Amino acid sequence: MQQTDAAGSGVIRRAFRAAFPFTIPIFAGFFFLGLTYGVYMHVAGFSFWYPMLMALTIFGGSLEFIAANMLLAPFAPLSALLIALLVQARHLFYGIAMLDKFRGLGWKKIYLIFGMCDETFSINYTAAIPPNVDRGWFMFFVTLLNQMYWVGSAALGGMLGSLISFNTNGLEFCMTAMFVVIFLEQFLQEKQHITAYIGLAATAVSLAVFGADNFMLPAMAAILLLVTGFKKPIAKAGDFA
Amino acid sequence: MTLTQQIITIAVCALGTMATRFLPFLIFSGSKPTPPFIKYLGQALPAAVFGMLVVYCLKDVDFLAAPHGLPEMLAIALTVALHLWRRQMLLSIAGGTVCYMLLVQLIFH
Repeated sequence: MQQTDAAGSGVIRRAFRAAFPFTIPIFAGFFFLGLTYGVYMHVAGFSFWYPMLMALTIFGGSLEFIAANMLLAPFAPLSALLIALLVQARHLFYGIAMLDKFRGLGWKKIYLIFGMCDETFSINYTAAIPPNVDRGWFMFFVTLLNQMYWVGSAALGGMLGSLISFNTNGLEFCMTAMFVVIFLEQFLQEKQHITAYIGLAATAVSLAVFGADNFMLPAMAAILLLVTGFKKPIAKAGDFA
Repeated sequence: MTLTQQIITIAVCALGTMATRFLPFLIFSGSKPTPPFIKYLGQALPAAVFGMLVVYCLKDVDFLAAPHGLPEMLAIALTVALHLWRRQMLLSIAGGTVCYMLLVQLIFH
C-alpha cells in the first residue's frame, strides 16, 4: 500500500514538473491581464470578491470584462446568457478537438473541460508530453496552474485597486506571441497547411468585414464551411485516419 | 441590481461558458464511437483554430492609422524567426514580447 502511494505521488510530482514550464508564458500574460481585470472591477466599484469569484466560475477572460458591464446595467439574464454563448462559442471547436485526448481520464476529465480556456486548450493540445509522464495529470496541472494564475491575479488586482501603477506597457503582447508560437508549432508538425491558411484568412476577412465586435461567429462559420468543403484534399494531404 | 440579480447574472455567464465547453463531450463522448466526420473535424480544426486565435489577438490593432500595426508585425516576425531558429517556446515568446515592449515604449509611443 505504501509502495503504491509512493509510486502514485511520484507520478503526480513528475507530471507537475513536466507541466509547469509550459505555463510560464501564461503566468506572465495572466498576471498582467488578471491584475488589469481586478483593477477594472475595483474602479467600477466592486469588492475583490467579484473579480475573484467571477475568474473562478466563468474563467474566460473576454466574457469576464463583458460581465462587469452587465453587472452595471439593468438586470437582463436572458440576454446575458445569449452573449455568453456567442462570446464563448469558439470553445465548441476545442471540445471537438479534445474528444479523444480526454477519453478515459475519469474525474480529471470534468475539471479539464471546465478549465479549458484558450491558453489551456492550446497547451494541452500541442504539448509534446514525455512518454514517462502521465497525460491526465500533466493536463490537469496545466489547467490548474493556469486557473490559479488567473484567479489569483484578478483577486490581487481587485484588492490593490488603483494603487498599482503599470509600467509594463506592451507586456500583454506575450499572449499574442504565445499563440503565434503555438500556431507555428502546429504548422511545422502537420503535413497539410490548408487548414492553417483557412483559419488565418477566414478570420482576417471576417474581421475586416464585420469589425472587432462581431467577427468571431462569421469567422467560425466560414472555417467550418471551408474545412467541410475541402475535406477531400485536406484529409488526403494530412494523412488523416 | 440586487445581490441576487448579480449572482444570477454571474451564474448565467458561467453556465453559458460551460455549455460551450461541455457540449461536444455530452453529445459525442458516450459509449458509441465518435462519428467519422466529427473525428475529421477534430483533426482538421486545431490548425485553423490557432490561426483564428492569432488574428483574434490582433483584433484591436488599427492597420489604417499610424503606426499601421508595424510594432505587432515586427514583433511577430521576430517571434517566428526565433522559433524557427531555436524552437524553444519560452525563448521565442520572451524575445517577441521584449521586442514589442521596446518598440511601443521607445519608438512608437
